[in-house]
Amino acid sequence: MTCKHKIRDDVLKVRSGCNNAGSSLLPALHTTQQNMGWLSNESLTIVADTLGLPAARIKGVATFYSMLDMKPTGRHIIRLCTNIACMIMGADRFIDILRDRYDLLPGSATKDGRFSLCIMECIGSCGTAPAMLVNNDFYHGLTADTLTEILDRYE
Amino acid sequence: MKHIDHPGSRNIRVYMNAGGYRAAEKALAMRRPDIIDEVKRSGLRGRGGAGFPTGIKWSFANMAQNTPKYLLCNADEGEPGTFKDRPLLEENPHLLIEGMIIAAYTLNAEYGYIYLRREYPAAHDILSGAIKEAYDNNLLGDNVLGKGVSFHLSLFQGAGAYICGEETALIESIEGLRGQPRIKPPFPVAEGLFGKPTVVNNVETLCNLPHIIDIGADAYSRIGTNVCPGPKLFSVSGCINKPGVYELPMGVSLREIIYEHCGGTRNNAKLKAVIPGGISTPVLPADGIDCPMDYVSLPRHGSMLGSGAVIVFDETIDLVRVCLRASRFFEHESCGKCVPCREGVGWMVSILERIYSGQGSSVYIDMLMRVAGNIYGKTFCPLGDGAASIVRGFIQHFREEFEEKAAAALPACSGSTGR
Repeated sequence: MTCKHKIRDDVLKVRSGCNNAGSSLLPALHTTQQNMGWLSNESLTIVADTLGLPAARIKGVATFYSMLDMKPTGRHIIRLCTNIACMIMGADRFIDILRDRYDLLPGSATKDGRFSLCIMECIGSCGTAPAMLVNNDFYHGLTADTLTEILDRYE
Repeated sequence: MKHIDHPGSRNIRVYMNAGGYRAAEKALAMRRPDIIDEVKRSGLRGRGGAGFPTGIKWSFANMAQNTPKYLLCNADEGEPGTFKDRPLLEENPHLLIEGMIIAAYTLNAEYGYIYLRREYPAAHDILSGAIKEAYDNNLLGDNVLGKGVSFHLSLFQGAGAYICGEETALIESIEGLRGQPRIKPPFPVAEGLFGKPTVVNNVETLCNLPHIIDIGADAYSRIGTNVCPGPKLFSVSGCINKPGVYELPMGVSLREIIYEHCGGTRNNAKLKAVIPGGISTPVLPADGIDCPMDYVSLPRHGSMLGSGAVIVFDETIDLVRVCLRASRFFEHESCGKCVPCREGVGWMVSILERIYSGQGSSVYIDMLMRVAGNIYGKTFCPLGDGAASIVRGFIQHFREEFEEKAAAALPACSGSTGR
């Protein structure tokens, strides 16, 4: 099955479980991102055509939400919280560690496509800060050592 | 947080063996106006931050004739410092579903959504499982508990936007739009999701309902204070020995929370300041911690209860940096719909950056206060108010620290301030 057909079939599946085209849009974008890794203009056009919604609306929505990725991501997405509780507990130095160890900068991916780094606002782990998500896995109470130990497990 | 410490509390059998879903059964045998009356008498106020009386919100929704009606659960907690709904969602999903069944029956709402933030992937899987269990046990569907009541519940995943915790932005988001707040009126109880009457309640609010039905409004309202009854979840973080989520009676003092329940400040350092209700609420100085934590007392002391997210700062913490980080958060999360918030918060960040890097003067601090004054009360939704309040609060109580920082001719802050 071509990518185009895969996107269309999955969006139609999502659509059939929703009230209308509008309320199926965010679920459709989630499923497309999961399949394709990120949301390219081509993917957005297919979603728009499949749902019968204007392409401009789809793009407007996709660019609004910070967890919809509008450029290619690494194989593993590190979402690092740096909000107040995490900041107090030392999250900022993790940015330096990621830069030094993996040559990874906020908002970009490593050259080998292994990681990308997204700086997050609060991810709801303030009591066990600092915290991050790697893909869908939650890690908290991080130290410089555990951070790299955890990331080394993601190939 | 009843049953939360039972092993396997997220499993429907464990939940039911501990008495779960009995309140729903009891409610479905009651008359709808009696339940509204019970909730009104319990004094329950919305636990999301605004503290609006739940029973009154419900009675507005029941006046609306249009159908179908929708019940939305706001599980988009994103206020920095807040992590109180997470244990409910991850460990006690059936308590939430039971609360939603009671609310839906009372409101005659046939359809419900749980709007869950994308940042909680574990909760997504747990809630999906719990909803399926509830359908399999005839607690959701066309004939709930065989009582001829129809309630269909879906889980809706957000995509990373703090503003979607505002109820009309949440509705826009479900409708497949950018999460920008609507002008009110019309309020959602009259015209909400898909133009139909809609009630939006917070996770913690809904989780209080089984308890109210179970023990009755009179017993419930004996918990907490007269004006703000009931228990409240406080999420405590920052420079504290035992951070975490604490369920305590409404009206408990910050001092009790910090020193009796949370073991005092980290390393016994001197307490400097506390944000009492998440970063939209103005900071309190160390001598302000005897204030009771409820919706009525905190405003008298210059702050608000908000979501009950207590962030503790000791003497080692640079509050200008905290203020800058908080403002960057609001800049990032401003939806861009109205000018005072979109432009003003950006300006506050620029000014704060100059102060933080020692390039400012006291003139900048006055300028910051003027910009905050031009945001507060002039925006569509409370995001702008929150952004202005936090800056005003820090300057009101810690102006000297800002003056000192502004005058210190330090080199610009080194690269990693979080962005």
